Amino acid sequence: MTEFKLPSLGADMDEGKLLEWKVKPGDAVKRGQVIAVVDTSKAAVDVEIWHDGVVEALITKEGETIPVGTVMAKLRETGEKPAPAPAPAAPPPARPKEVPPSLRKPASPAARKRAHELDVDIDKVEGTGPHGAVTLEDVEKTAKKPAPAKKPAPEPSPVADRQLEMRKAIGAAMSRSKREIPHYYLAETIPMHKALETLARANEARPVTERVLMGALQLKAVALTLKKFPELNGFWRDGAFQAGAGVHVGVAISLRQGGLVAPAIHDVDQRSLEDLMRALADLVKRARAGSLRSSEMSDPTITVTNLGEQGVEAVYGVIYPPQVALVGFGRIAERAWAEDGALRAAPLVTATLSGDHRASDGHRGARFLAALREQLQRPEEL
Amino acid sequence: MKPEALKSQVLEIMATIAPELEPGELRADQPLRNQVDLDSMDWLNFLVALHERLKVDIPEADYARLVTLDDLLGYLGAKIAASSSA
Repeated sequence: MTEFKLPSLGADMDEGKLLEWKVKPGDAVKRGQVIAVVDTSKAAVDVEIWHDGVVEALITKEGETIPVGTVMAKLRETGEKPAPAPAPAAPPPARPKEVPPSLRKPASPAARKRAHELDVDIDKVEGTGPHGAVTLEDVEKTAKKPAPAKKPAPEPSPVADRQLEMRKAIGAAMSRSKREIPHYYLAETIPMHKALETLARANEARPVTERVLMGALQLKAVALTLKKFPELNGFWRDGAFQAGAGVHVGVAISLRQGGLVAPAIHDVDQRSLEDLMRALADLVKRARAGSLRSSEMSDPTITVTNLGEQGVEAVYGVIYPPQVALVGFGRIAERAWAEDGALRAAPLVTATLSGDHRASDGHRGARFLAALREQLQRPEEL
Repeated sequence: MKPEALKSQVLEIMATIAPELEPGELRADQPLRNQVDLDSMDWLNFLVALHERLKVDIPEADYARLVTLDDLLGYLGAKIAASSSA
Protein backbone atom coordinates (compact mmCIF):
# COMPACT_ATOMS: atom_id res chain seq x y z
CA MET A 1 0.00 0.00 0.00
CA THR A 2 1.35 3.44 -0.83
CA GLU A 3 0.15 6.83 0.21
CA PHE A 4 -0.41 9.59 -2.27
CA LYS A 5 0.43 12.97 -0.75
CA LEU A 6 -0.24 16.46 -2.02
CA PRO A 7 3.09 17.35 -3.65
CA SER A 8 4.75 20.71 -3.19
CA LEU A 9 3.74 22.91 -6.08
CA GLY A 10 6.49 25.47 -5.66
CA ALA A 11 7.95 27.58 -2.89
CA ASP A 12 4.97 29.86 -2.80
CA MET A 13 2.44 27.13 -2.25
CA ASP A 14 1.96 25.48 1.12
CA GLU A 15 -1.65 24.42 0.75
CA GLY A 16 -4.19 23.68 -1.93
CA LYS A 17 -7.89 23.09 -2.31
CA LEU A 18 -9.01 19.87 -3.93
CA LEU A 19 -11.35 20.82 -6.75
CA GLU A 20 -11.90 17.44 -8.25
CA TRP A 21 -10.84 13.82 -8.20
CA LYS A 22 -10.22 12.41 -11.67
CA VAL A 23 -10.20 8.83 -10.39
CA LYS A 24 -12.33 6.68 -8.11
CA PRO A 25 -11.55 3.72 -5.87
CA GLY A 26 -10.76 0.63 -7.95
CA ASP A 27 -9.32 2.60 -10.88
CA ALA A 28 -5.92 1.54 -12.19
CA VAL A 29 -3.57 4.52 -12.51
CA LYS A 30 -0.37 4.92 -14.45
CA ARG A 31 2.73 6.95 -13.64
CA GLY A 32 2.25 10.50 -14.92
CA GLN A 33 -1.53 10.28 -14.98
CA VAL A 34 -3.50 13.27 -13.73
CA ILE A 35 -5.54 12.04 -10.79
CA ALA A 36 -6.78 15.26 -9.19
CA VAL A 37 -7.19 18.96 -9.79
CA VAL A 38 -5.98 21.18 -6.97
CA ASP A 39 -6.49 24.92 -6.80
CA THR A 40 -3.57 27.06 -5.68
CA SER A 41 -3.25 30.79 -5.46
CA LYS A 42 -1.72 30.76 -8.93
CA ALA A 43 -3.52 28.18 -11.02
CA ALA A 44 -5.68 25.10 -11.02
CA VAL A 45 -3.02 22.40 -11.07
CA ASP A 46 -3.47 18.96 -12.60
CA VAL A 47 -1.84 16.73 -10.00
CA GLU A 48 0.00 13.74 -11.44
CA ILE A 49 0.79 10.48 -9.73
CA TRP A 50 4.27 8.98 -9.71
CA HIS A 51 3.57 5.27 -9.35
CA ASP A 52 1.48 2.76 -11.21
CA GLY A 53 -1.15 1.23 -8.99
CA VAL A 54 -4.80 0.86 -8.13
CA VAL A 55 -6.74 3.45 -6.15
CA GLU A 56 -7.73 1.93 -2.82
CA ALA A 57 -9.37 4.91 -1.15
CA LEU A 58 -9.78 8.63 -1.65
CA ILE A 59 -9.21 10.40 1.63
CA THR A 60 -9.40 14.10 0.83
CA LYS A 61 -12.85 15.35 -0.05
CA GLU A 62 -13.54 17.68 -2.94
CA GLY A 63 -13.69 21.24 -1.69
CA GLU A 64 -11.31 20.55 1.21
CA THR A 65 -8.20 22.72 1.66
CA ILE A 66 -5.16 20.73 2.76
CA PRO A 67 -1.48 21.46 3.46
CA VAL A 68 1.31 20.13 1.24
CA GLY A 69 2.26 16.60 2.32
CA THR A 70 -1.25 15.58 3.37
CA VAL A 71 -2.14 12.00 2.44
CA MET A 72 -4.86 12.44 -0.17
CA ALA A 73 -5.39 8.85 -1.26
CA LYS A 74 -4.21 5.30 -0.69
CA LEU A 75 -3.07 3.09 -3.49
CA ARG A 76 -2.16 -0.53 -3.77
CA GLU A 77 0.40 -1.95 -6.12
CA THR A 78 -0.96 -3.46 -9.28
CA GLY A 79 -1.64 -7.10 -8.35
CA GLU A 80 -1.78 -6.42 -4.60
CA LYS A 81 -5.04 -7.63 -3.04
CA PRO A 82 -7.55 -5.04 -1.92
CA ALA A 83 -7.37 -4.27 1.78
CA PRO A 84 -9.71 -6.45 3.86
CA ALA A 85 -13.20 -5.13 3.37
CA PRO A 86 -13.08 -1.49 4.44
CA ALA A 87 -14.83 -1.55 7.79
CA PRO A 88 -17.87 0.70 7.52
CA ALA A 89 -18.16 0.01 3.80
CA ALA A 90 -17.74 2.89 1.42
CA PRO A 91 -19.13 6.02 3.03
CA PRO A 92 -22.45 7.02 1.56
CA PRO A 93 -22.13 9.63 -1.15
CA ALA A 94 -21.63 12.82 0.81
CA ARG A 95 -23.28 15.05 -1.70
CA PRO A 96 -25.99 13.03 -3.41
CA LYS A 97 -26.87 15.75 -5.88
CA GLU A 98 -23.41 15.47 -7.37
CA VAL A 99 -23.24 13.55 -10.64
CA PRO A 100 -20.68 10.73 -10.58
CA PRO A 101 -17.43 11.72 -12.29
CA SER A 102 -18.00 9.66 -15.38
CA LEU A 103 -21.30 11.37 -16.07
CA ARG A 104 -19.85 14.82 -15.56
CA LYS A 105 -19.58 17.24 -18.33
CA PRO A 106 -16.15 17.37 -19.86
CA ALA A 107 -14.55 20.64 -18.81
CA SER A 108 -11.04 22.05 -18.65
CA PRO A 109 -9.51 22.42 -15.18
CA ALA A 110 -9.46 26.16 -15.72
CA ALA A 111 -13.17 26.17 -16.54
CA ARG A 112 -13.96 24.10 -13.46
CA LYS A 113 -11.95 26.40 -11.27
CA ARG A 114 -13.58 29.49 -12.71
CA ALA A 115 -17.01 27.91 -12.30
CA HIS A 116 -16.18 27.30 -8.67
CA GLU A 117 -15.05 30.89 -8.20
CA LEU A 118 -18.09 32.33 -9.91
CA ASP A 119 -20.43 29.93 -8.17
CA VAL A 120 -21.63 28.54 -11.48
CA ASP A 121 -22.92 24.95 -11.65
CA ILE A 122 -20.72 23.55 -14.38
CA ASP A 123 -23.16 20.80 -15.22
CA LYS A 124 -25.67 23.42 -16.29
CA VAL A 125 -23.27 25.27 -18.55
CA GLU A 126 -23.65 24.69 -22.25
CA GLY A 127 -20.27 23.52 -23.58
CA THR A 128 -18.98 24.80 -26.91
CA GLY A 129 -15.57 23.07 -26.81
CA PRO A 130 -14.62 19.75 -28.41
CA HIS A 131 -17.19 17.01 -27.57
CA GLY A 132 -19.33 19.59 -25.84
CA ALA A 133 -16.58 20.35 -23.31
CA VAL A 134 -17.18 23.38 -21.16
CA THR A 135 -14.57 26.05 -21.80
CA LEU A 136 -13.48 28.97 -19.65
CA GLU A 137 -15.42 31.26 -21.93
CA ASP A 138 -18.61 29.24 -21.56
CA VAL A 139 -18.39 29.54 -17.80
CA GLU A 140 -17.81 33.25 -17.94
CA LYS A 141 -20.67 33.74 -20.37
CA THR A 142 -23.01 31.82 -18.11
CA ALA A 143 -21.85 33.80 -15.12
CA LYS A 144 -22.54 37.07 -16.89
CA LYS A 145 -26.15 36.16 -17.54
CA PRO A 146 -28.28 37.72 -14.86
CA ALA A 147 -28.65 34.84 -12.45
CA PRO A 148 -31.77 34.54 -10.36
CA ALA A 149 -30.96 37.25 -7.87
CA LYS A 150 -29.86 35.44 -4.79
CA LYS A 151 -26.81 37.35 -3.66
CA PRO A 152 -27.79 40.98 -3.50
CA ALA A 153 -24.83 42.16 -1.44
CA PRO A 154 -21.87 42.87 -3.74
CA GLU A 155 -19.01 40.62 -2.70
CA PRO A 156 -15.36 41.16 -3.51
CA SER A 157 -14.92 39.80 -7.01
CA PRO A 158 -13.19 36.41 -7.24
CA VAL A 159 -10.75 37.88 -9.71
CA ALA A 160 -9.68 40.49 -7.17
CA ASP A 161 -9.42 37.75 -4.52
CA ARG A 162 -7.21 35.71 -6.76
CA GLN A 163 -5.04 38.72 -7.45
CA LEU A 164 -4.67 39.30 -3.75
CA GLU A 165 -3.86 35.64 -3.13
CA MET A 166 -1.29 35.59 -5.88
CA ARG A 167 0.39 38.76 -4.62
CA LYS A 168 0.55 37.23 -1.16
CA ALA A 169 2.07 34.01 -2.50
CA ILE A 170 4.65 35.82 -4.60
CA GLY A 171 5.44 38.12 -1.68
CA ALA A 172 5.96 35.20 0.68
CA ALA A 173 8.25 33.28 -1.70
CA MET A 174 10.30 36.33 -2.64
CA SER A 175 10.64 37.49 0.99
CA ARG A 176 11.87 34.03 1.89
CA SER A 177 14.32 34.17 -1.00
CA LYS A 178 15.72 37.55 0.01
CA ARG A 179 15.88 36.50 3.66
CA GLU A 180 17.60 33.16 3.12
CA ILE A 181 19.54 33.37 -0.12
CA PRO A 182 22.73 35.44 -0.24
CA HIS A 183 22.33 36.64 -3.83
CA TYR A 184 25.16 37.79 -6.04
CA TYR A 185 24.47 39.44 -9.40
CA LEU A 186 26.48 39.45 -12.63
CA ALA A 187 25.82 40.87 -16.08
CA GLU A 188 27.29 40.25 -19.51
CA THR A 189 26.64 41.92 -22.87
CA ILE A 190 26.14 39.40 -25.65
CA PRO A 191 26.23 40.15 -29.40
CA MET A 192 23.16 38.57 -30.98
CA HIS A 193 23.57 39.07 -34.73
CA LYS A 194 24.55 35.45 -35.37
CA ALA A 195 21.65 34.08 -33.35
CA LEU A 196 19.19 36.48 -34.99
CA GLU A 197 20.41 35.66 -38.50
CA THR A 198 20.31 31.91 -37.92
CA LEU A 199 16.82 32.11 -36.49
CA ALA A 200 15.49 34.39 -39.26
CA ARG A 201 16.92 32.07 -41.90
CA ALA A 202 15.38 28.98 -40.30
CA ASN A 203 12.03 30.72 -39.79
CA GLU A 204 11.84 31.76 -43.44
CA ALA A 205 11.37 28.12 -44.36
CA ARG A 206 8.92 27.41 -41.55
CA PRO A 207 5.16 27.88 -41.78
CA VAL A 208 3.78 30.26 -39.18
CA THR A 209 2.64 27.34 -37.05
CA GLU A 210 6.23 26.10 -36.64
CA ARG A 211 8.08 29.36 -36.22
CA VAL A 212 10.59 29.51 -33.40
CA LEU A 213 10.98 32.54 -31.13
CA MET A 214 14.25 33.90 -29.76
CA GLY A 215 12.99 33.03 -26.27
CA ALA A 216 13.20 29.33 -27.13
CA LEU A 217 16.72 29.71 -28.51
CA GLN A 218 17.83 31.49 -25.35
CA LEU A 219 16.35 28.74 -23.17
CA LYS A 220 18.24 26.10 -25.12
CA ALA A 221 21.49 28.08 -24.89
CA VAL A 222 21.09 28.38 -21.10
CA ALA A 223 20.32 24.68 -20.75
CA LEU A 224 23.29 23.53 -22.83
CA THR A 225 25.65 25.86 -20.97
CA LEU A 226 24.34 24.69 -17.60
CA LYS A 227 25.56 21.16 -18.27
CA LYS A 228 29.08 22.47 -17.68
CA PHE A 229 28.00 24.34 -14.53
CA PRO A 230 26.03 21.82 -12.50
CA GLU A 231 26.36 23.93 -9.32
CA LEU A 232 23.90 26.43 -10.80
CA ASN A 233 21.31 23.79 -11.71
CA GLY A 234 19.54 22.30 -8.70
CA PHE A 235 18.34 23.03 -5.20
CA TRP A 236 19.56 24.21 -1.82
CA ARG A 237 17.87 21.93 0.70
CA ASP A 238 18.60 21.17 4.33
CA GLY A 239 21.83 23.09 4.31
CA ALA A 240 23.32 21.45 1.25
CA PHE A 241 23.29 21.68 -2.52
CA GLN A 242 21.52 18.96 -4.48
CA ALA A 243 22.22 18.83 -8.19
CA GLY A 244 19.13 18.67 -10.41
CA ALA A 245 18.41 15.29 -12.00
CA GLY A 246 17.96 17.00 -15.36
CA VAL A 247 17.92 20.52 -16.74
CA HIS A 248 14.33 21.53 -16.05
CA VAL A 249 14.10 25.20 -16.84
CA GLY A 250 11.43 27.23 -15.09
CA VAL A 251 10.09 29.86 -17.46
CA ALA A 252 8.82 33.05 -15.83
CA ILE A 253 5.47 33.75 -17.50
CA SER A 254 3.59 36.93 -16.75
CA LEU A 255 -0.17 36.57 -16.58
CA ARG A 256 -2.33 39.06 -18.41
CA GLN A 257 -4.31 39.95 -15.33
CA GLY A 258 -1.09 40.46 -13.30
CA GLY A 259 1.17 38.16 -11.36
CA LEU A 260 3.44 35.45 -12.70
CA VAL A 261 4.18 31.75 -12.63
CA ALA A 262 7.42 29.96 -13.46
CA PRO A 263 6.59 26.36 -14.41
CA ALA A 264 9.26 24.06 -15.83
CA ILE A 265 9.94 22.69 -19.26
CA HIS A 266 11.66 19.36 -18.64
CA ASP A 267 15.01 18.28 -20.12
CA VAL A 268 15.45 21.46 -22.13
CA ASP A 269 19.04 20.50 -23.01
CA GLN A 270 17.85 17.36 -24.80
CA ARG A 271 15.07 18.85 -26.89
CA SER A 272 15.28 20.07 -30.45
CA LEU A 273 14.55 23.75 -30.91
CA GLU A 274 11.27 22.94 -32.65
CA ASP A 275 10.18 20.65 -29.86
CA LEU A 276 11.23 23.20 -27.26
CA MET A 277 9.23 25.89 -29.03
CA ARG A 278 6.12 23.71 -29.04
CA ALA A 279 6.59 23.00 -25.34
CA LEU A 280 7.07 26.70 -24.60
CA ALA A 281 3.99 27.76 -26.58
CA ASP A 282 1.91 25.10 -24.85
CA LEU A 283 3.22 26.09 -21.42
CA VAL A 284 2.52 29.79 -21.90
CA LYS A 285 -0.96 29.03 -23.15
CA ARG A 286 -1.78 26.78 -20.22
CA ALA A 287 -0.17 29.10 -17.67
CA ARG A 288 -2.32 31.96 -18.90
CA ALA A 289 -5.42 29.78 -18.91
CA GLY A 290 -4.60 28.78 -15.33
CA SER A 291 -4.07 25.10 -16.08
CA LEU A 292 -0.71 23.59 -15.15
CA ARG A 293 0.65 20.22 -14.11
CA SER A 294 2.07 19.41 -10.71
CA SER A 295 5.41 18.23 -12.14
CA GLU A 296 5.84 21.54 -13.92
CA MET A 297 5.25 23.48 -10.74
CA SER A 298 7.40 21.44 -8.40
CA ASP A 299 10.67 20.70 -10.11
CA PRO A 300 12.27 23.56 -12.04
CA THR A 301 16.03 23.38 -11.40
CA ILE A 302 16.70 26.98 -12.50
CA THR A 303 14.54 29.86 -13.74
CA VAL A 304 14.92 31.98 -16.85
CA THR A 305 13.16 35.32 -17.05
CA ASN A 306 12.94 37.44 -20.16
CA LEU A 307 11.79 41.01 -19.68
CA GLY A 308 13.14 42.17 -23.00
CA GLU A 309 9.67 42.47 -24.46
CA GLN A 310 8.97 45.26 -22.03
CA GLY A 311 12.00 47.09 -23.29
CA VAL A 312 14.28 46.93 -20.24
CA GLU A 313 17.97 46.58 -20.76
CA ALA A 314 18.63 44.09 -17.97
CA VAL A 315 16.79 42.19 -15.24
CA TYR A 316 18.37 41.20 -11.91
CA GLY A 317 15.96 38.53 -10.74
CA VAL A 318 15.13 37.14 -7.33
CA ILE A 319 15.97 33.44 -7.08
CA TYR A 320 12.96 31.18 -6.62
CA PRO A 321 13.74 28.92 -3.66
CA PRO A 322 14.86 26.17 -3.36
CA GLN A 323 16.61 26.89 -6.68
CA VAL A 324 20.08 28.42 -6.62
CA ALA A 325 20.22 30.54 -9.75
CA LEU A 326 18.19 32.65 -12.12
CA VAL A 327 19.16 33.85 -15.59
CA GLY A 328 17.66 37.06 -16.96
CA PHE A 329 17.55 38.45 -20.47
CA GLY A 330 16.83 42.06 -21.35
CA ARG A 331 15.83 43.51 -24.69
CA ILE A 332 17.77 42.75 -27.84
CA ALA A 333 18.54 46.17 -29.29
CA GLU A 334 21.05 47.78 -31.58
CA ARG A 335 23.74 49.57 -29.63
CA ALA A 336 27.31 50.68 -30.18
CA TRP A 337 29.70 47.74 -30.14
CA ALA A 338 33.45 47.89 -30.36
CA GLU A 339 35.22 44.93 -31.94
CA ASP A 340 38.62 44.57 -33.63
CA GLY A 341 39.31 48.24 -33.10
CA ALA A 342 36.16 49.38 -34.91
CA LEU A 343 32.90 50.74 -33.63
CA ARG A 344 29.64 49.58 -35.19
CA ALA A 345 25.96 49.19 -34.42
CA ALA A 346 25.13 45.63 -33.39
CA PRO A 347 22.14 43.87 -31.85
CA LEU A 348 23.07 43.18 -28.23
CA VAL A 349 21.40 41.63 -25.22
CA THR A 350 22.35 41.88 -21.56
CA ALA A 351 22.22 38.51 -19.85
CA THR A 352 22.35 38.43 -16.08
CA LEU A 353 22.90 35.77 -13.48
CA SER A 354 21.51 35.90 -9.97
CA GLY A 355 23.40 33.25 -8.04
CA ASP A 356 23.07 31.75 -4.57
CA HIS A 357 26.40 32.32 -2.83
CA ARG A 358 25.91 29.23 -0.70
CA ALA A 359 26.01 27.06 -3.81
CA SER A 360 28.40 28.92 -6.12
CA ASP A 361 30.79 31.86 -6.33
CA GLY A 362 30.97 34.87 -8.61
CA HIS A 363 33.99 33.36 -10.34
CA ARG A 364 32.01 30.34 -11.57
CA GLY A 365 29.01 32.56 -12.27
CA ALA A 366 31.18 34.77 -14.47
CA ARG A 367 32.49 31.72 -16.33
CA PHE A 368 28.91 30.59 -16.86
CA LEU A 369 27.89 33.90 -18.44
CA ALA A 370 31.01 33.88 -20.63
CA ALA A 371 30.17 30.35 -21.75
CA LEU A 372 26.57 31.41 -22.45
CA ARG A 373 27.88 34.28 -24.59
CA GLU A 374 30.08 31.85 -26.54
CA GLN A 375 27.20 29.40 -26.96
CA LEU A 376 25.05 32.14 -28.48
CA GLN A 377 27.83 32.81 -31.02
CA ARG A 378 27.36 29.19 -32.18
CA PRO A 379 23.59 29.21 -32.77
CA GLU A 380 23.85 26.31 -35.23
CA GLU A 381 24.43 24.02 -32.22
CA LEU A 382 21.15 25.01 -30.60
CA MET B 1 -14.30 39.69 -47.97
CA LYS B 2 -15.65 43.09 -47.00
CA PRO B 3 -13.30 45.27 -44.92
CA GLU B 4 -15.80 45.41 -42.04
CA ALA B 5 -16.17 41.62 -41.99
CA LEU B 6 -12.41 41.22 -42.02
CA LYS B 7 -12.02 43.68 -39.17
CA SER B 8 -14.58 41.92 -37.01
CA GLN B 9 -12.89 38.56 -37.62
CA VAL B 10 -9.49 39.98 -36.72
CA LEU B 11 -10.86 41.54 -33.54
CA GLU B 12 -12.56 38.29 -32.62
CA ILE B 13 -9.24 36.48 -32.93
CA MET B 14 -7.53 39.21 -30.94
CA ALA B 15 -10.08 38.72 -28.18
CA THR B 16 -9.01 35.10 -27.81
CA ILE B 17 -5.42 36.24 -27.22
CA ALA B 18 -6.24 39.27 -25.05
CA PRO B 19 -9.65 38.65 -23.49
CA GLU B 20 -9.47 41.80 -21.39
CA LEU B 21 -9.40 43.98 -24.51
CA GLU B 22 -12.34 46.31 -25.08
CA PRO B 23 -12.53 46.68 -28.87
CA GLY B 24 -13.71 50.27 -28.47
CA GLU B 25 -10.43 51.14 -26.77
CA LEU B 26 -8.30 50.09 -29.70
CA ARG B 27 -7.00 52.90 -31.93
CA ALA B 28 -6.66 51.48 -35.43
CA ASP B 29 -3.97 53.99 -36.39
CA GLN B 30 -1.74 53.44 -33.34
CA PRO B 31 0.80 50.66 -32.79
CA LEU B 32 -1.17 47.52 -32.07
CA ARG B 33 1.28 45.57 -29.94
CA ASN B 34 1.77 48.40 -27.45
CA GLN B 35 -1.93 48.98 -27.03
CA VAL B 36 -2.78 45.36 -26.47
CA ASP B 37 0.45 44.47 -24.59
CA LEU B 38 1.23 41.57 -26.90
CA ASP B 39 4.55 39.86 -26.32
CA SER B 40 6.20 37.87 -29.08
CA MET B 41 4.44 34.68 -27.99
CA ASP B 42 1.02 36.40 -28.06
CA TRP B 43 1.86 37.90 -31.43
CA LEU B 44 2.85 34.52 -32.85
CA ASN B 45 -0.32 32.92 -31.47
CA PHE B 46 -2.31 35.74 -33.05
CA LEU B 47 -0.67 35.11 -36.43
CA VAL B 48 -1.24 31.37 -36.14
CA ALA B 49 -4.93 32.01 -35.41
CA LEU B 50 -5.17 34.40 -38.38
CA HIS B 51 -3.52 31.77 -40.53
CA GLU B 52 -6.00 29.12 -39.42
CA ARG B 53 -9.07 31.30 -39.83
CA LEU B 54 -8.19 33.29 -42.93
CA LYS B 55 -5.69 30.91 -44.61
CA VAL B 56 -3.16 33.71 -44.85
CA ASP B 57 0.52 33.08 -44.17
CA ILE B 58 2.47 36.06 -42.86
CA PRO B 59 6.24 35.65 -43.29
CA GLU B 60 8.44 36.93 -40.49
CA ALA B 61 10.03 39.38 -42.90
CA ASP B 62 6.67 41.21 -43.13
CA TYR B 63 6.22 41.74 -39.37
CA ALA B 64 7.87 45.16 -39.55
CA ARG B 65 5.12 46.40 -41.88
CA LEU B 66 2.34 45.39 -39.52
CA VAL B 67 2.43 48.09 -36.90
CA THR B 68 -1.15 49.27 -36.56
CA LEU B 69 -4.50 47.53 -36.93
CA ASP B 70 -5.00 49.51 -40.16
CA ASP B 71 -1.68 48.18 -41.51
CA LEU B 72 -2.69 44.65 -40.65
CA LEU B 73 -6.16 44.92 -42.20
CA GLY B 74 -4.72 46.43 -45.39
CA TYR B 75 -2.11 43.68 -45.60
CA LEU B 76 -4.60 40.87 -44.97
CA GLY B 77 -7.13 42.34 -47.38
CA ALA B 78 -4.53 42.45 -50.17
CA LYS B 79 -3.33 38.89 -49.42
CA ILE B 80 -6.87 37.50 -49.42
CA ALA B 81 -7.74 39.32 -52.66
CA ALA B 82 -4.55 38.01 -54.30
CA SER B 83 -5.21 34.41 -53.28
CA SER B 84 -8.87 34.46 -54.39
CA SER B 85 -8.04 35.93 -57.80
CA ALA B 86 -5.16 33.48 -58.31
